[in-house]
Amino acid sequence: MDFFSEFFQAITNMSATSLAQHVVNGVSLGSLYALIAIGYTMVYGILLMINFAHGDIVMMACYFAFFGITVFHIPWYFTFIGVIIATALLGAVIERTAYRPLRDAPKNSVLISAIGASFLLENLANYLFSGRPLRFPDIPLLSSNIEVGDVQIQAICIVIPIMTFLSLWLLLHIVNHTKIGMAMRAVSKDYEIARVMGINIDRVISITFIIGSALAAIGAFMWGVRYPGITPMLGVMPGLKCFIAAVIGGIGNIKGAVIGGFILGLGEVFIVAFFPQLSGYRDAFAFIVLIIILFYKPTGLLGEKTTEKV
Amino acid sequence: MKMKKVLSILLASAVMVSALTGCGSDKKESAADSNTIKLGVFLPLTGDNAAGGELELRGIKLANKLHPEVLGKKVELVVADNKSDKAEAASVAARLIEKDKVVTLLGSYGSSLAMAAGNIVKESKVPAIGTSCTNPQVTANNDYYFRACFIDPFQGTVMANYAYNKGARKVAIVQEVSNDYSVGLAKFFKEAFVKLTGDKDAIIDIANYQTGDKDFTAVLTNLKAKNPDAVFAPGNFTESALLIKQARQLGIEAPFMGGDTWETQEFIDVGGKEVEGAVMSTAFDREKASTEEAQKFLKAYTDEYKSEPSALTAMAYDSYLIAIDAIKRANSTDPQKIRDAIAKTKDLEAVTGKTTLDENGDAIKAAVIKEVKNGKFKYLDFVDVK
Repeated sequence: MDFFSEFFQAITNMSATSLAQHVVNGVSLGSLYALIAIGYTMVYGILLMINFAHGDIVMMACYFAFFGITVFHIPWYFTFIGVIIATALLGAVIERTAYRPLRDAPKNSVLISAIGASFLLENLANYLFSGRPLRFPDIPLLSSNIEVGDVQIQAICIVIPIMTFLSLWLLLHIVNHTKIGMAMRAVSKDYEIARVMGINIDRVISITFIIGSALAAIGAFMWGVRYPGITPMLGVMPGLKCFIAAVIGGIGNIKGAVIGGFILGLGEVFIVAFFPQLSGYRDAFAFIVLIIILFYKPTGLLGEKTTEKV
Repeated sequence: MKMKKVLSILLASAVMVSALTGCGSDKKESAADSNTIKLGVFLPLTGDNAAGGELELRGIKLANKLHPEVLGKKVELVVADNKSDKAEAASVAARLIEKDKVVTLLGSYGSSLAMAAGNIVKESKVPAIGTSCTNPQVTANNDYYFRACFIDPFQGTVMANYAYNKGARKVAIVQEVSNDYSVGLAKFFKEAFVKLTGDKDAIIDIANYQTGDKDFTAVLTNLKAKNPDAVFAPGNFTESALLIKQARQLGIEAPFMGGDTWETQEFIDVGGKEVEGAVMSTAFDREKASTEEAQKFLKAYTDEYKSEPSALTAMAYDSYLIAIDAIKRANSTDPQKIRDAIAKTKDLEAVTGKTTLDENGDAIKAAVIKEVKNGKFKYLDFVDVK
């Protein structure tokens, strides 16, 4: 009873300004989730394997940016490009060393190798950079505020959705209209047949990891500007949330990952907006949504129904 | 199998009987006339907590040097190392009481070490004064354990007083709901603030977040609409710094208040210019010593160690003062009488401020308020809690 009366109170008392502010917060969080979720979904689409190290790749990218700007004083736009390249390389190296040797091993082994890669990156960061939180460098252009009426919009909140949709568009273009994209789709449809048809699987998979990690780097940069504390454990929670976003949208489906990201981001913000007393259960929201969707649509919102081939 | 069981029961009861009779006879002897009064000091001098233990031992030794006598007798310190180990803490405390026949125990650094000695202190009826063990469980349900420091949640009361003194009447709380420390501070803050204002709606919002959260924009947007005079947000320094940063970005201008966990360089590193003006409570500040005793302590410390004392050293010094003061008032070296006198400690002029022990045996005293100014923690104010 009390619960619902508070809910209605929250709705009726909410001013247009607050509502607009919540929408801005939700969209920026959602597009950030979407950006990182794409990386999960791409790897899964091709390898049918969850890249648990993806969140930690995001974390490493944050440290790269810190070193570029704060330690070496490279202008942020050059650092941005450098971080994308370095992170893409890191992704390729992880694929080469942790996943490729297990190409013909059972799926479980690759999964465990992914968890190992995740732990390795976390502990490596802990060892190299210490557990002390570092501050993500200030980029005034991106972190400054734009005031629209009484709504405060950080410049980055506009940049993030633009980046997400730009990446989405570029990615869809690559997948649907280029030769490598065609190879990716082929590998994703049937790995063995694609190999028989003369597609260089290792190359396709490497490129997938490179693209996924580059997107993680863009996501990490945006994440750092928005939430500027960097720790070795930074990637764990976003990794988990974005994985959920990818599953909600239908893992393996790029558009689905973006939709999942938005559902999660907006949902997390609005559950606090409309049910203030539930603010401590925000993380639970992601998991509850996941359970509900998996219950009614096990393949996710845009997922394709596949029949297990025997 | 059965034999073993019987044996173990026998053994256990034998140990218990000997422990009971043992302390019964000890008490009479320890109170016997002699020229020295023995105070037991049990601190972690080796192991993980050795750094803290060492700093506290300095405080106790310094206090002993400045106040070497009570009731015309010399005070002798019996120092024992509890090795940062709970099992060791218990046996060391027992040894000090039974073998060395100390009349009062001082220590320890680390709440778990103090708790390990809790039962021994209680059963042998020899009082103990904790130095910097801040967990409420140390003194709860133990009439023989006291402490020179305040318990963590007490800082909530301190900040409520501060906020009230500064004219705040409507305050919002943002708590890290998965952190005992934060929830405890928030609870004490709420109780004290409601009492001070006499307005049961003085806390206009209590928002929660989880340890490790990065995005606080949703709770902060709600909070902004309620327009609080101030925000009390005790918690981990990283989360708190991000919280304040996002609050400023959303245009919330109300001051942010927190507890002593904020007093770390990382809070300023991560928070940057946005955490300027954030205020927090802490136990002791060397720049502004409030009592005469503190001046004496500071001078003696810098003479002896050629460096600045830490809050831990000051706290340990105070635990000695509390013991000496109680022995003086009890006019006896009987542990039971000393215990009763310690319980009545009131307005004792100690280094970390005038100290009174409450009904739980926890210190109630003035606290220091610090503020972030130009990227440094600066002394701001002093709050006396009535």
